[in-house]
Amino acid sequence: MDVETLREIGIIANRSVRRTLRQPALIVPTIVFPLLLLAINASGLDVTKNIPNFPADSYLDFALVVTFMQGGLFAATTAGTELATDIETGFLNRLQLTPLRAPAILVGQLAGAMCVAFLASLVYLAVGLLAGAHIAAGVGGAALLVVLAMLVALAFGGLGSIIGARTGSAEAVQGMFPLLFVFFFLSSMNLPRNLIEADWFRTIASWNPISYLVEGLRSLVITGWDGTALWRCLVTAIAISVLGFLGASSSLRTRMART
Amino acid sequence: MMGTLAVARAVARRSLIHAFTNPALLVPSIVFPLVFLVGFAGGLSAVQNVPGFDFNGGYTAFQFVFVFLQSAAFGGVFTGFGIAADFESGFARRMLLAAPHRSGMLLGYAAAGMVRWFLTATLVTVASLLAGMDVHGSGIELGGLVGVGLLVNIASTLFGAGVSFRTKTLQAGPLMQIPIFVGLFLAPVYVPLTLLTGWIHTVASYNPVTALITAGRGFLSGEPDKSLLAFACGLGLAALMAVYASRGLRRAERGL
Repeated sequence: MDVETLREIGIIANRSVRRTLRQPALIVPTIVFPLLLLAINASGLDVTKNIPNFPADSYLDFALVVTFMQGGLFAATTAGTELATDIETGFLNRLQLTPLRAPAILVGQLAGAMCVAFLASLVYLAVGLLAGAHIAAGVGGAALLVVLAMLVALAFGGLGSIIGARTGSAEAVQGMFPLLFVFFFLSSMNLPRNLIEADWFRTIASWNPISYLVEGLRSLVITGWDGTALWRCLVTAIAISVLGFLGASSSLRTRMART
Repeated sequence: MMGTLAVARAVARRSLIHAFTNPALLVPSIVFPLVFLVGFAGGLSAVQNVPGFDFNGGYTAFQFVFVFLQSAAFGGVFTGFGIAADFESGFARRMLLAAPHRSGMLLGYAAAGMVRWFLTATLVTVASLLAGMDVHGSGIELGGLVGVGLLVNIASTLFGAGVSFRTKTLQAGPLMQIPIFVGLFLAPVYVPLTLLTGWIHTVASYNPVTALITAGRGFLSGEPDKSLLAFACGLGLAALMAVYASRGLRRAERGL
């Protein structure tokens, strides 16, 4: 990557971050909604700690990382919506008159979503600790948790960008939210896979990459340094990020060629 | 009265044609409850092994009632979205000018919301039965469950209508969704009320949705519980929301 490409990315990233941070409607739900669900689920499902072999002392510890995943999901929506809005308003058409390349636009556009994901991760962590959660992997584990959460946000952001670039419609990106939510529900988000009784559900959860992302993040909170869970999480997040980036780049190139 | 019914019939017919011929509107209202059913009844079935969980009918039946009532509530929200969309497109304003009895509009939207919910409720019920749900309630008790669902659907439709008449924009979607979502989840969703502890137990004890869900589960398991309280809460909520929606309609009329 040459200096000129980095400069191009910097310009778009600067715009993306400033535009995102100026919209409380994008930031507040990303932070509030996952915390609201955490509060409800941590209390409503606290009795599950009494199930034999449940891996945590409290459901709060078990469910804390779900907020990071949901933050990543909101990042996908933010990234896709921003890109689609730029297409709708004609900003992308104007960018085509400049020497900017599609990958630079894409990386720069993700900066706003990543910024929100980073802020949200810090808030989730702080609220979780204040509510009594315990990070088994210690301070280093908490730092890695934030890093992995950013990687997850990048992965989902790439998926959001594919939809944004393909459809060019912010409304269509918003409609994608339920689709991604389905993958969340069909994972080991609410219970560990070995405690899921329905065989068909356990099979789906085992094939669902979201399970490995959740389990990797969760291992830092409830287990400590679990190498297997962490490498699975890392590989899954990188694979989704690469696929998302390639897919979004291709869609954006097609979109720019069309216009 | 005939004029009101004529307006209601026209509004309901249009809303239903619009909803059933537009997959972007129809699919989410069907898919969401099914996803919740799969996620809760399938993914959390081990919760029935928690000491003290003694629901007669298994975890699928336990969660079915929540999803059934949730689909009723969100059916109302989706109808509210439709009303807001009618205002954004200008159609609702033209209806307000043309309708001889404007209260018929409210009646028509409520009727359309009910028909939409019946479709979703049927699909959720079939999916639950296919998943092996045990039904112990008698025909009358199951009728009671449907009655509770209808009251929830009417109350939430009127709430959505009230918000839409006031805001006249789809951007008010979260104002319709979030209170209903929070109200539903501050009830005994995953385990019976007796197994909840801490602040959620206190909140759920005072939440009227708890009575609706508890009664629904009682009807399905053949062990009715809090039935009268549930119908009182349902009727009370529907009456309250009817006042809210009627006032919203008057405010919309004044804005013409």
